[in-house]
Amino acid sequence: MSAGQSTTPPPATAVSPEAEALFRKTWAPRTGLGRLSAVNNSIIGRRFIATGFVFFLIGGLLSLFMRTQLLFPENDFLSEELYNQFFTMHGTTMMFLFAVPIMEAFGIYLIPSMIGTRDLSFPRLGAFGYWCYLFGGILLYSSAIFGAMPDGGWFMYLPLTDKQFSPGINQDFWLLGVTFVEISSISGAIELIVSILKTRAPGMTLNRMPIFAWYMLAVSFMILIGFPPLILGSILLESQRAFGIPFFEIAAGGDPLLWQHLFWIFGHPEVYIIFLPAAGLVGAMLPAFARHTLVGYNLIVLAVVGTAFLSFGLWVHHMYATGISRFALAFFAGASLAVSVPSGVQVFSWIATLWRGKPVMRTPLLFILGFIITFVIGGLTGVMVAIVPFDLQVHDSYFVVAHFHYVLIGGMVFPLFAALIYYLPRATGRMLSERLGKWHFWLFFIGFNLTFFPMHLTGLLGMPRRVATYPAGLGWDTLNLISTIGSYTLTAGILVFLFNVIWHVKRGRPAGVNPWDSPDLEWSSVTPVPPFNTRSIPHITGRDPLWAQPDLARQIRDAEGYLPTAEEGKREILATSTVGAKPEHVTRLPHPTFKPILAALATATIFSGILVSMYWLALVGLVIFVVILYLWLWGELPEKETKPVGNGLELPIAVGDQHTPAWMGTLTLLLADLALFVSLVYSYFYLWTTADSWPPVSYEPALSESAIIFGGLLVVLVLATAVAHAGAYLSSRLLALVGLTATAACLVALLILGFQAYDQLPFDITSHAYGAVLSAMGVYVLVHTCLSMGSALFALARVSVTGITRTRSLSVRILSMLSYYTAFTGVVAFILIYGSANMMG
Amino acid sequence: MPMGQVMVKNNRSLPCLCVGILVLLLAGCQGPQSALEPSGPAAGEIALLWWVMFYSAVAIFTLVFALLMYAAFRKPEKRRQISPIKFVVVGGLAFPILVLSILLPLGIGVGSGMDRLTPPETLTVHVTAHQWWWEVAYKGGPNDLDFNSANELYIPVGQPVELILESADVIHSFWLPRLAGKRDMIPGMTNRLVIEADEPGIFRGQCAEFCGLAHAKMAFYAVALEPEEFFRWAENQSRPQPASLEDEGARLFAQNGCALCHTVRGHQARGREGPDLTHVGSRKTIGAGLLPTSPENIALWLSRNDKLKPGNRMPDYVHLSQEDRLSIARYLESLE
Repeated sequence: MSAGQSTTPPPATAVSPEAEALFRKTWAPRTGLGRLSAVNNSIIGRRFIATGFVFFLIGGLLSLFMRTQLLFPENDFLSEELYNQFFTMHGTTMMFLFAVPIMEAFGIYLIPSMIGTRDLSFPRLGAFGYWCYLFGGILLYSSAIFGAMPDGGWFMYLPLTDKQFSPGINQDFWLLGVTFVEISSISGAIELIVSILKTRAPGMTLNRMPIFAWYMLAVSFMILIGFPPLILGSILLESQRAFGIPFFEIAAGGDPLLWQHLFWIFGHPEVYIIFLPAAGLVGAMLPAFARHTLVGYNLIVLAVVGTAFLSFGLWVHHMYATGISRFALAFFAGASLAVSVPSGVQVFSWIATLWRGKPVMRTPLLFILGFIITFVIGGLTGVMVAIVPFDLQVHDSYFVVAHFHYVLIGGMVFPLFAALIYYLPRATGRMLSERLGKWHFWLFFIGFNLTFFPMHLTGLLGMPRRVATYPAGLGWDTLNLISTIGSYTLTAGILVFLFNVIWHVKRGRPAGVNPWDSPDLEWSSVTPVPPFNTRSIPHITGRDPLWAQPDLARQIRDAEGYLPTAEEGKREILATSTVGAKPEHVTRLPHPTFKPILAALATATIFSGILVSMYWLALVGLVIFVVILYLWLWGELPEKETKPVGNGLELPIAVGDQHTPAWMGTLTLLLADLALFVSLVYSYFYLWTTADSWPPVSYEPALSESAIIFGGLLVVLVLATAVAHAGAYLSSRLLALVGLTATAACLVALLILGFQAYDQLPFDITSHAYGAVLSAMGVYVLVHTCLSMGSALFALARVSVTGITRTRSLSVRILSMLSYYTAFTGVVAFILIYGSANMMG
Repeated sequence: MPMGQVMVKNNRSLPCLCVGILVLLLAGCQGPQSALEPSGPAAGEIALLWWVMFYSAVAIFTLVFALLMYAAFRKPEKRRQISPIKFVVVGGLAFPILVLSILLPLGIGVGSGMDRLTPPETLTVHVTAHQWWWEVAYKGGPNDLDFNSANELYIPVGQPVELILESADVIHSFWLPRLAGKRDMIPGMTNRLVIEADEPGIFRGQCAEFCGLAHAKMAFYAVALEPEEFFRWAENQSRPQPASLEDEGARLFAQNGCALCHTVRGHQARGREGPDLTHVGSRKTIGAGLLPTSPENIALWLSRNDKLKPGNRMPDYVHLSQEDRLSIARYLESLE
């Protein structure tokens, strides 16, 4: 686009009633059983939020049971067994089934309309993620049917959770259920990153992006890097439980502390993964109530990015008491203190926004104020527990329980209620009651503080966490009584909210257009917002678009922007460049399909098979999954190369090269994959530092003949892939086919060698952690060899059937990425397996 | 004017209220397991650190709260105008950096006594955590002690005591709030913690890392005595029990397999699975801080321990008559 165009809005386009009807029909959701085939972000996002809230209620109910048990000393309302299961499931539910999913759900629901587009880039992936989340949650809670709910704590420390001390199936439910749910977190993160970077409305450069999009972008990257360490840990722990492969077994050179490291490398960023989106929602809502643009946009963006980086450098502050050297502790204490600075920047930016504006006191703003007050208290106690000696007293005591509930409920649930009250009218077209909202706020706010404020003192008086009961006479009785009364008060607040929600559906005042007079695009539509979110795609000239361009909302609704029609009956959005948001091409999105739910069911089969140790069932699930995936990925080519998108602009349709969202999606997926691999390499080096001898004395390293062939094959693999890649660049079908065939042959050879190597392992895999970790690394490379193989076969079929051109070569480009990556991990594994062993030997 | 009356009334009652709360607070800080009623140097320093941080936090919170309320509720036309970016940079960036740079070095040295190097003649106690009790072994030290005990830690006042912390099964955490911060007890690892008591007293401690079913009932008592009293205690503990063949309780104890898991030095019992019972009668509690030691409670424990402390490894002796259980209990209680 020229500079002249970027300042003038697109001219009006008249849309005929037929075209309007076709557009609406194209985006219309299906009814009846067809609802299960929905892929649209508005529908998936709403389901996600509703499901997350149901899990919030379940997790909350568990905590009410716990608080009732702790009402009196030596109460026997709950048995120890149940209490331990309840606190494990309370933490697990709140973290994995409520906080992370519901915050991502807000991203899924809001981001497309905030960035002026119609849907996320990968609607089917979004639907798949939702079903994985739902099925994973059900899998986790199905443990209750067997009376075998996980009871090792949400942190699952070894050796308590190992087979020896937890012989039941309880912990397996946890490991598999949580990993299942994490698939959905990662798929959501990929979707959000690509959508934010590739599909913003033209003119919405990065520094004009709504602040919530910045938060979600940072959080999505944190999920991609933070979740894989726990996924790896869960896989390793499940293999140790199921097959006795000793990653954490002291007697066999393993270390239970490795689990703690992997868990907290995930676990600390997790806290910010929960808090940052909520802070982003505050940033999105505050201007509407302050009647002033958000102060310190640039500083806030820096703070968010800074938090994202710092959050990966302070996991050890959960392990101060494990006996780590004082020097190392000082470093992690410093990092833990430093992370509070970005929070300070955000808090003062919010205060400054209110200060400069003319605040309008409505229920969401009440919750935002409650959030700031509560979160500041949680932040101050957070600084305290970052100080090592003080933490040694209060760690694992009720002080810490108080601290993180101030941070998590304060930092996330208060903004959540604000956001629910603020955004529900988008979905339902009606406003909630302000009167009920005030009751809700005050009951919740007072109840919350009554519950958790006394806990600071309870902890300082010596009460540890996770105790099912306590004796009288230690000074804890009254404090616990107050906390329990508080928890019932807080619950009353939530009940008022539920009543408010039911009430507003029928009786609430109609919301109309932009009821809060917000400056942001998500309010450009009529309410309830139709499934396409944005009737026509606007041209953005600055921040706070609805305030800066008063006529913009009407232009969007009257189809005066880009892509005003859907004359081919296809769902379409604009793909734009990452930094400057210049229109690049038209992306076609899938229509409702049952493939996501079927793929999720196949995944559920895999996880259930592993859970009950019926591995053939898992294999059946895997085969079905692969078949569905092939059908899923086989898209049709567009009927024409380009089309006019309005404003005199003609853009290519459904391009298949490195500008395609799917290409960027694969790249982000590989980032998560790399994080998993790095965690595995980290485990190798960590165990090296703690083991007596590494490799074990009995192990005899040798650079065998097949190893040399293996190394050589990796080099050939890269070359073969490069040929196929070149075929894509040169639009040469022959070159691509030759390269693909060679790649496939190479991968087959690697697979044969790999399986042979496993057949003739020079050590017993269950005998020592060294062999265990190396085998895990080998399995990782083999799995990726299989993935590349699958991708190579797909590309071969695709190039044979539809040919290849530079802009329609996605299958080959994605294969190349996978193949190079496989070779890279192969080389690293090769060096670690042979290099280090020989060096040490 | 009603408004003025309310103000006056508030003015009078506010200080009273503050004093009242303060008194309550200070009284509320005490307890046998309270980190705020320190009885040793490390815990004392940490408690002081807490009060410094507490009052600073109250001041900072009050400031932020006031700013927030001003920003949210002061009539816009009556507000002082600010430069928003300067406000954010000063309040959100410079101020926290300043406070934290003071706090970090302040916090580093506090309680370092818990890790200090101790001279070789220091009393060393090996504490090994089990699901769900504490094995306590005195080895070496000034009087060349060598005996085992359980669920009670006696120390002399006014001198450092080195604890060697290990675990026999899962991860536990040793926490004696009135003397020091906690330290994890991790299988395969040996951790060290130096504690010291300033004054004689009885302090309660508890496992602070979730360690399975009976985690809530894994407590212990620490008893700080004047050195001479401590050594008298140690001398008594070192002594094996004299043979008591005629004792009905001792006979039942041997007959019912108790000796397979428990040790009574001087008698035939040499089991190592459960707590050493040589001087169990001298201990303040049974069941790792669960019940006060008395024949009735021991008999109760014998018959219903799985109800009292679910998950513990000891079988219930419900098949014995109450009379027999009381005989065993009286025998055990006599082991002083």
